Amino acid sequence: MAGGTGGGEAITMVSHDAHAAPQGFIRKWVFSLDHKVIGIQYFFLALVAVFTGMFLSLLMRIHLVWPNAHLPILGDIKPETYLSLLTMHGTIMVFFVLTTAPQGGFGNYFLPIQIGAPDMAFPVLNMLSFWTTFLGFVVLVAAFFVTGGAPLHGWTGYAPLSALQSAGPGEGLGADLWIISIAIFCIGALMGALNFITTTLDMRAKGMTLMRMPLTCWAWFITAILGLLAFGVLLSAGILLLMDRNLGTSFFVPLGTVNGVLTGHKGGSPLLWQHLFWFFGHPEVYIAILPAMGLCSQLLSVFSRKPIFGYKAMVYAIMAIGFLGFMVWGHHMFMSGMSPYSAFAFSIMTMGIGVPSAIKTFNWLGTLWRGRIRFSSPMLFAIGFVSLFVVGGISGPFLAQPVLDIYLHETFFVIAHFHLIMGVASIFGIFAATYYWFPKMFGRMMNETLAKTHFLLTFIGAYCIFMPMHFSGMAALLRRYSQYTEVAWMHKTDGLNHFITYAAFVTIASQFIFLFNLFWSMFKGEKAVDNPWEATTLEWTTATPPPHDNFGGITPVVYNGPYEYSVPGAPKDFVMQTDAQVGAKKH
Amino acid sequence: MASFSTTATLDEPRVSRGNEGGSPPFFGGGDDGRSGPGVPDYRTRLRRARLGLLVALTPVLMLFVSFTSAYVVRQGLPTLDPRTNQLVRDWIPVKLPALLLVNTLVLLISSVGMELARRQTKLASVAATAKPSQTVPANAEGKTPWLAMTIALGLLFLLGQWMAWKQLAASGFYVATTPSSSFVYLLTGAHAVHLMGGVVALLVAGFFALLHRSVATRSIVVDVAGWYWHFMAALWVYILLLLEFAR
Repeated sequence: MAGGTGGGEAITMVSHDAHAAPQGFIRKWVFSLDHKVIGIQYFFLALVAVFTGMFLSLLMRIHLVWPNAHLPILGDIKPETYLSLLTMHGTIMVFFVLTTAPQGGFGNYFLPIQIGAPDMAFPVLNMLSFWTTFLGFVVLVAAFFVTGGAPLHGWTGYAPLSALQSAGPGEGLGADLWIISIAIFCIGALMGALNFITTTLDMRAKGMTLMRMPLTCWAWFITAILGLLAFGVLLSAGILLLMDRNLGTSFFVPLGTVNGVLTGHKGGSPLLWQHLFWFFGHPEVYIAILPAMGLCSQLLSVFSRKPIFGYKAMVYAIMAIGFLGFMVWGHHMFMSGMSPYSAFAFSIMTMGIGVPSAIKTFNWLGTLWRGRIRFSSPMLFAIGFVSLFVVGGISGPFLAQPVLDIYLHETFFVIAHFHLIMGVASIFGIFAATYYWFPKMFGRMMNETLAKTHFLLTFIGAYCIFMPMHFSGMAALLRRYSQYTEVAWMHKTDGLNHFITYAAFVTIASQFIFLFNLFWSMFKGEKAVDNPWEATTLEWTTATPPPHDNFGGITPVVYNGPYEYSVPGAPKDFVMQTDAQVGAKKH
Repeated sequence: MASFSTTATLDEPRVSRGNEGGSPPFFGGGDDGRSGPGVPDYRTRLRRARLGLLVALTPVLMLFVSFTSAYVVRQGLPTLDPRTNQLVRDWIPVKLPALLLVNTLVLLISSVGMELARRQTKLASVAATAKPSQTVPANAEGKTPWLAMTIALGLLFLLGQWMAWKQLAASGFYVATTPSSSFVYLLTGAHAVHLMGGVVALLVAGFFALLHRSVATRSIVVDVAGWYWHFMAALWVYILLLLEFAR
């Protein structure tokens, strides 16, 4: 097979394509085996999820500043309702948005194309992975509508609150559905990770060596490995929790009473749950952020018209972050009771992650330095990502110190930290990906004016929401409280809280600009050319949108690295990865 | 705007500094997991399926590593006795039914049968690759039905595990009796569920034989299921040793 990529082979490929492309609505759009369709399915699932999660956060913000407001339809928000909003907001956002969109959505669509493969290695598994994830989302949302409502135990599901049916409203069937949903999600994510790893290792086009892969592919690959190692552990914790809840075992529940009644459990350890959960939970942070890092590396290079600064360093930094990500879970548990020696070790490791993160930031800035920067909307979001990553990341070393964490842990400071770095930064990655790849996915350009308006409002809005939380956190405004009316000293932050809620109104409203732009451009946008951003990677060599087998019967052959911009002597300021002549001249 | 279709005019691609060096991974393309002229060859499919299995076994391993760490941690935890107000151990070591040894033997024999079935199918597929499009009837693989034997022994093992559960319950150890019995049920149960997956894979391979699907496809399914089966046997031995020696 090696060597021959002549015309004859191309013809057989075309006939294969004609043979294999599915007809009929169900096989083409519902139970599709095509990674591109599956990617779009994941994208829309995440879109529904993100608006659901955003709506829940809106309710929380309203309740925090007007605790006695009577909302239409929903009525009063009781403390337990607030906790269930908090739980569902976190769970939906972390699992069904931040894990689903960057990896399942864009990764599914573009990983095979960027490495020159016609599809994922196991298409049926890929389809199953989407529908499993979809089922997980349905089960999760169902928790709102059962007796007692959605669970109260937060997205971290801390035992014993999560382990006892009698612990509160929502801890009955709602909590069971929550655990089952997470378990289903784990299985779906594992099937996805299996496909990503096998595809990356075994299906690269000729000449696409590992060190010629775009950094997006590296990020998706390492993310898949993190998922592979982390989701099995979360699944095991979920199984143990279900047994505690329904079979009377005592893995996580110590001796104790609820409302004066003995629970019947004894000897279990809530800390055991926390260890298992955070062994998954911390890598999960990187599962959310790594794809955005890879994408922004890509975009900064494309729109600065410069090669990425330090490609190899970027690759090794992704690996280092992934590796260290498994060593630091204890920093979530400084408050939970931990030997000072362990805390010290976790603290040092956590601050160690600052090193590869700083390497990446430095390289991003180095890429921008003296570039001929094009401020298109994907680029704006990529720069926004870097900004949010730095600001959100810088509070990491604060929280990594046990002494400071003991003060800050239960305050809004932590909310500010992880929303900026894990939430908003990843979301900016998703926005950047959407604006960047929309032309390839749907064949039309998104409206640039609307996109830039969306960027400005979201960027300023996100800072207006989360920066003040640092201050209210330092003023010891406690998180997870449904209202502060009974605590006099917390009223000092009332002004800040109102400001945050107003900022949330504006930011949330501006997301509808994005939504409108997305659907309007799908049908009415300007027709896109095959390579509108003048980028070099393989997805821009093929038709728009790509044909069923991605390259229309041609098997791409790769001659160049992914970031050959402004190459001296080249006819254009960019050299496609498949461009043989220029590549040969250059080397 | 620039639209590149460069593959028509290519020389041999320069294989660069990358670690993949001389043989970049490559295949004929067009694989959608469906039959057709663009399907990659047998060796590529086998390699990919094995790689997929190796990757898939990682989370299974992580699941049991995680259970093991929970086992070790939970074993060391004391609990408060409310009557005496003192810390006591609530971990009562479970006497494992001797039947588990018989089950272990059954599973190990099935693993041998699995290996013979795997080699047999592989030989048949090599014989058939001379004429790739040819479908080979099931009996062309030889007279000994190793695959059927493996499935039967696997089901026997599962039945034996069920009986061992019955014996445990009869001796007073239920799921919630003591944390050690919780773990016995948990680990044997989780293993049994995974082994059922293996049985299903082998049944699929068996049906392929009945349906006269290409011997190559069947051989790949049997090969991957075979390695999975061996993994399950090894995992079971590990679980048994853990439950017996880390009581």
